[in-house]
Amino acid sequence: MKLIVNGNTMEIARVQTVEDLIKELKLAGKGAIVELNEEILNKSQHAETVLANGDKVEIVHFVGGG
Amino acid sequence: MLKIGNHEFSSRLLLGTGKFPDFDVQKEAVNVSGTEILTFAVRRMNIFDPDQPNFLEKLDASKYTLLPNTAGAKTAEEAVRIAKLAKASGLCDMIKVEVIGDFKTLLPDPVETLRASEILLNEGFTVLPYASDDVLLAKKLEELGVHAIMPGASPIGSGLGIINPLNISLIVEQATIPVIVDAGIGSPADAALAMELGADGVLLNTAVSGAENPVKMAKAMKLAIEAGRLGYEAGRIPKKRYATASSPLEGMSV
Repeated sequence: MKLIVNGNTMEIARVQTVEDLIKELKLAGKGAIVELNEEILNKSQHAETVLANGDKVEIVHFVGGG
Repeated sequence: MLKIGNHEFSSRLLLGTGKFPDFDVQKEAVNVSGTEILTFAVRRMNIFDPDQPNFLEKLDASKYTLLPNTAGAKTAEEAVRIAKLAKASGLCDMIKVEVIGDFKTLLPDPVETLRASEILLNEGFTVLPYASDDVLLAKKLEELGVHAIMPGASPIGSGLGIINPLNISLIVEQATIPVIVDAGIGSPADAALAMELGADGVLLNTAVSGAENPVKMAKAMKLAIEAGRLGYEAGRIPKKRYATASSPLEGMSV
């Protein structure tokens, strides 16, 4: 499946849900916040949200700032 | 007690988490500052580096109230998106609205700040707008229903201190919500002055993280804010042009 993740076009196999993608990128448990096709997902939606070919995914987190 | 929306704090220092030399220094500085509110930003994760450091893991974020900012936003819509991303973490309901209108001075755009604040209030956020030290803008933000107003002392990271103490004191005088002086603080004296002017709190970052000894400066800021607050509550003497003797003028043994 082709996904655009944080602006990078990637070919990712074996991934069905947003949660799968976070695990595949080894970002589980690191406070990832996900926006799928410009719609922001709550944490509880990660497991149930299914990805489709061509989806645009933004993965953000908290960084130091003032 | 500092009360912002439904939150109550005994510390009046809000500390930013940017630009510390390393996470250990940051942790220690946060610790000695006594702060209960930490600010931070929302940015893309590096999806190619699973081992990137995460400051929340180092800090035990559950001990603090988190105040994400919308830094990086140039419009109200961008600020609203960042605020919603932060809230989707499930870790916070407060938002520091920061809409920068000019990237040389990093001064906030008053019109977009007002618009973003209105939208976020309607979305149920606890809204703390970072604004310029304009007295009427502060009034309009308060009329919208924001939970605190955060006028800048001087441009972000400049360390110039309070450029216009008159405006800060006028904002304090008219406000019925907390006034938190945000940005531009350089030294403990600046922070103490903000508090002596009647501010309810001070938000600073670079003054601590950029100090030669951030941990010592964190302690200094804590004490300065406490001293300034006590001085404000105590009520200072009026300034006079001529001397008034402290010792009795009568009964001299000559």
